[in-house]
Amino acid sequence: MASWAPTVLASDTLIDANAVDYLIVGLYFAVVLGIGLMARRQVSDSVDFFLSGRSLPAWVTGLAFIAANLGAVEIMGMSASGAEFGLPTVHYFWVGAIPAMLFLGVVMMPFYYGSKVRSVPEFMYRRFGTGAHLVNSISFAVAQLLIAGINLYLLGTIIQALLGWPLLVALLVAAVVVLSYITLGGLSAAIYNEVLQFFVIVAALLPLTLIGLDRVGGWGGLTDKITEAAGDNPETAPAAQQLNSWPGNALSGFDSDLLSVVGIVFGLGFVLSFGYWTTNFVEVQRAMATDSISSARKTPIIGAFPKMFVPFITILPGMIAAVLVSEIADTKAGEQVAGGTGGTVTYNDSLLYLMRDLLPNGLLGVAIAGLLAAFMAGMAANISAFNTVFSYDLWQRYAVKDRDDDYYLKIGRLATVGATVIAVGTAYLATNFSNIMDYLQTLFGFFNAPLFATFILGMFWKRMTATAGWVGLVSGTLSAVAVAFLSEDAFGSLSLGVIPVGGQGAAFLAAGAAFVVDIVLSVVVSLVTRPKPVEELKGLVYSETPREDLVDADEASYPWYRRTLPLAGVALAMVVVLNVLF
Amino acid sequence: MPTAPARATQRRHRAGALDIRNIIGGLLAAYGVILTLMGLLGDPETDKTGGVNANLWAGLAMLVVGLVFVAWAVLRPTYVPDGGAEDPSAD
Repeated sequence: MASWAPTVLASDTLIDANAVDYLIVGLYFAVVLGIGLMARRQVSDSVDFFLSGRSLPAWVTGLAFIAANLGAVEIMGMSASGAEFGLPTVHYFWVGAIPAMLFLGVVMMPFYYGSKVRSVPEFMYRRFGTGAHLVNSISFAVAQLLIAGINLYLLGTIIQALLGWPLLVALLVAAVVVLSYITLGGLSAAIYNEVLQFFVIVAALLPLTLIGLDRVGGWGGLTDKITEAAGDNPETAPAAQQLNSWPGNALSGFDSDLLSVVGIVFGLGFVLSFGYWTTNFVEVQRAMATDSISSARKTPIIGAFPKMFVPFITILPGMIAAVLVSEIADTKAGEQVAGGTGGTVTYNDSLLYLMRDLLPNGLLGVAIAGLLAAFMAGMAANISAFNTVFSYDLWQRYAVKDRDDDYYLKIGRLATVGATVIAVGTAYLATNFSNIMDYLQTLFGFFNAPLFATFILGMFWKRMTATAGWVGLVSGTLSAVAVAFLSEDAFGSLSLGVIPVGGQGAAFLAAGAAFVVDIVLSVVVSLVTRPKPVEELKGLVYSETPREDLVDADEASYPWYRRTLPLAGVALAMVVVLNVLF
Repeated sequence: MPTAPARATQRRHRAGALDIRNIIGGLLAAYGVILTLMGLLGDPETDKTGGVNANLWAGLAMLVVGLVFVAWAVLRPTYVPDGGAEDPSAD
């Protein structure tokens, strides 16, 4: 295979697509816009636009639940992390996401769905009042704009790599497409597209992984080649660490095995992932769009099953790329290789190069459609969550109250346009970070870890007061920022390096600090301030909510595979088995 | 080959405007047909795939999965109440 000359011009395309590939990509876009147009005829009021009229079945929202997250983070970030660190990357799934998703479905979802709030910040308002609500709404809205920008940036780089367009043109075109399909159909269109995108991405990545495994000679061939490459390059993580998920020192950045395991379990597994999956409205919104409390609880649990196997089509291709694609192998060996989407090859380019080297025209088109779909869905999810929080939680609650439904629907559409414009700007912010995972994790640490601490304390401790709610959130977020500044590289060159932890370990540490500070201050402040009257806490606090409000009365009559708890048990058992196997 | 949107429109009166299963099934089946044709008529590019006619096999698999989705939607249609979503939970 002819390797590319190192003097690739920026205007050259990374991938050679032909007419059939464009037909496949075009077909996808036609369907996406068609969904938007058809969904538009159905949108009758603001509950329809923002929460899909609460009418979707659990398998649809379950797939949308994971597809909303199957954008930048998983596909590029996870394959990049797979190429760099190898198997320990699975912790993001099997220690991180799955237990948190099960916890959301089993424990927290009844409060969200049962209290009939329209957003996660609205739950905050009902439990803690204005202070915590305002902090949560604003920080969430800002985070969504930043993350939408990252998704847009990745989308733009793919279009650039594919068509050779300048990044700015690519960003604008991508933004217009995303904008048109959300403003047309609201959350229904976004969810339908996410589910569709899930199947297209699997149709793209599964053949890529299988062909890749075949080319390297199966799992045995892959381990041999990784061992060989690691032997040649002592700077990379040793082969044993790349091929076993525990203790994952290279991933966490801790030298000590014990600290690494503690960091992964507490930092990534407990604080970061529980914070992300249980309080992130982008995800929770999907479950709120279901037809019953039983479906809402099953949404993350059904999502957990496909989610368990996503690493095999994201991390594994990254590991394959690191031994099969010459550019990525050279990068891993410490060389600077010209090319890629940003001028110099980075791990984030692993998947694109693997597609170029392995897929024939035809399947290449499916892969391109899948990647474009994933980034659009990721961005659309951020923006549809943003416009709900902006119109209900900020505009309706604080700016212009008591207007009719049409008015807030219009505000929601305007917010979508505004968010898209801002996302184009934040897309440029994303260009300063070489490893997008670090950047995202850093953000999650600031917003989600303290949020989770406040939620969990507020749901189970009726004494917790309104003042404690916002004090905990603010102090937790600030401590995360402080730790990130003091670490080696959580903020890139801005970090001071006082605390000798870098890589993902810094993000775990910042999240852990945020969690602990939030809990401690919340308890202290609660003890010296006046709690809310107990009768206002029904449906919001565990001890004050009647048991029958938390479960679906019909559920007992369903077969076991349609009930929440047995499904969650099966998922948990499967993920334990996966952890033991790898 | 715009089979996917057309199919969803046909079943409107029964399954609501958008039965997602028809959309998924239609798109995957259309991709399946295109890839199968590529596999049969086009260059299999075995230097990339390591000897397998990847388009053909992936195309056939997508066709089967797509048809299963459409069959599911036909056999177990979704009914929606007239007049769109009736939502008692709206404030």
